[in-house]
Amino acid sequence: MAIELKDIENIAHLARLRLDAAEKAEALGSINNILSMIDEMRALDTSGVEPLAHAFEASQRLREDVVTETDQRAALLALAPNAAEGLFLVPKVLE
Amino acid sequence: MADLLDQGIASLAKSLARKEFSSVELTGAYLSRIAAHNPALNAYVTVTAEQALAQAAAADTARTKGTAGPWAGVPFAHKDIFCTHGVRTACGSRMLDNFIAPYDATVVERMRDAGLVMLGKTNMDEFAMGSSNETSWYGPVKNPWNTDLVPGGSSGGSAAAVAAHLCPAATATDTGGSIRQPASFCGLTGIKPTYGRVSRWGMIAFASSLDQAGVLTRSAEDAAILLQTMAGFDPRDSTSVDMPVPDYLAGLGQSLRGLRIGIPKQHFAQGLNPEVEQLIRSALAEFERQGATLKEVSLDNSHLSVAAYYVIAPAEASANLSRYDGVRYGYRCDKPVDLEDLYKRSRAEGFGAEVKRRIMVGTYALSAGFYDAYYIKAQKIRRLIKNDFDRAFAEVDVIMGPTSPHTAFPLGSKSKDKDPVAMYLEDIYTIAVNLAGLPGLSIPAGLLNGLPIGLQIVGPNFSEDRLLNVAHQFQLATDWHTRTPGVAAASRGDR
Repeated sequence: MAIELKDIENIAHLARLRLDAAEKAEALGSINNILSMIDEMRALDTSGVEPLAHAFEASQRLREDVVTETDQRAALLALAPNAAEGLFLVPKVLE
Repeated sequence: MADLLDQGIASLAKSLARKEFSSVELTGAYLSRIAAHNPALNAYVTVTAEQALAQAAAADTARTKGTAGPWAGVPFAHKDIFCTHGVRTACGSRMLDNFIAPYDATVVERMRDAGLVMLGKTNMDEFAMGSSNETSWYGPVKNPWNTDLVPGGSSGGSAAAVAAHLCPAATATDTGGSIRQPASFCGLTGIKPTYGRVSRWGMIAFASSLDQAGVLTRSAEDAAILLQTMAGFDPRDSTSVDMPVPDYLAGLGQSLRGLRIGIPKQHFAQGLNPEVEQLIRSALAEFERQGATLKEVSLDNSHLSVAAYYVIAPAEASANLSRYDGVRYGYRCDKPVDLEDLYKRSRAEGFGAEVKRRIMVGTYALSAGFYDAYYIKAQKIRRLIKNDFDRAFAEVDVIMGPTSPHTAFPLGSKSKDKDPVAMYLEDIYTIAVNLAGLPGLSIPAGLLNGLPIGLQIVGPNFSEDRLLNVAHQFQLATDWHTRTPGVAAASRGDR
């Protein structure tokens, strides 16, 4: 299932990646090579096989519903590229 | 102190206990050696000299007081994928070049509690995506055996550092072969434990159902020691397994008489360098001499492991790496015009080409209309691969074969090729082990044209003790693991 340039543009948008024309062309070629390798899977009949999401098929462990985290707001905000008054700053989203 | 830097952990700990030298002296010797040789190898991206000497002094004090653990004061390095409080944790990416981790990974915490001394953080493929260490934002790592060659990846910095004796051992991680393949290329012992054996908390995620932490060392004995300090239940990792950890070091004395070794015919088929095959078969003969028996087994679906992996791992990566948005931490582009531009340009500029490629493959595989054909299909093959191993382990105790089809390859020889699939096929013998969640180990098993080759040993879930013992028994009878590249041998003349 080869993909086209418009598919690359759609995938890049979904993944929130800005690609220039050269990068799109490179992605088209290399991703089609990867997909043709992946397509080897199609040769195998897997009807009736249950998908395996996780090696142990373990169920999610639950813990007591109590607060375990300490307040790290200042330390975490200090890592932000732009923060003020306890908030992460981004470009204006509402006109 | 001339051969100080050639010793393993067990021997260093003995000398520290006898006060033959202090941890401060030992750590200082390693720091000088790093300063002399790291520029040519690019194995470390961060050297934490000041903290290392402080940790070493604390270990020396604890030894004097008699409160030190057995490995206190022994230096080592962390792969730069583990969060280290107050120290940059960049994961080989421009995205995290400015990220000072606000907490310690569980692995980091446990090794610090054991008194081990962190020398620094090692280079790696960006977000552990690569098999040659050429995708790092910090530039490629050189193989100490021949600096025109790659060290393997993604734990290439850790492997090069241990091989060049810039540390006695290092942590590493393995999602599709990232511990075992560099171990093979650099002549080291490397173990990827069973999924869930070592906590993933604070280890930067690539593909969460496959990622597992382990170690790169110069012997199985050292691997046993370090794995012991790392392994065990951690409530902060929801997939950590709550099972007692055996005493790995105490388990190293077992005879291999009666050990049933499975030889997967698919790992000795077309594509394997015939000279590598010959060396692997000689190694297998050594196990037979020790009383083990060989039996051919079949991993029928192993030819589809790379295909299934390159759906599952990118799918998980595309979800995991969506957290890098230029808002909360990490790289942010200049002058974003709006929020979408902020996301798109921060990610485009912060991630390298291979990471973007895998995010896009994963995004595509998970997108509406393709989910069943790719993601579900890959998960079905994942089950068949696991079933193949289950069947084999009903008949044999361990499975052995080559870790990689060849020795280390030249820098640029596969990365400049526009087809990434050539690089993906590097992990042809290792990837299935991650899909099945099994523990796997690679040990040096010979030299081909002066370059090391690795023997892979795979066991059933939670058989790390068995794998380490099997490797140790081989190392008692052979000396491949003691061979060192020129740069390491030169350490004797350096001082």
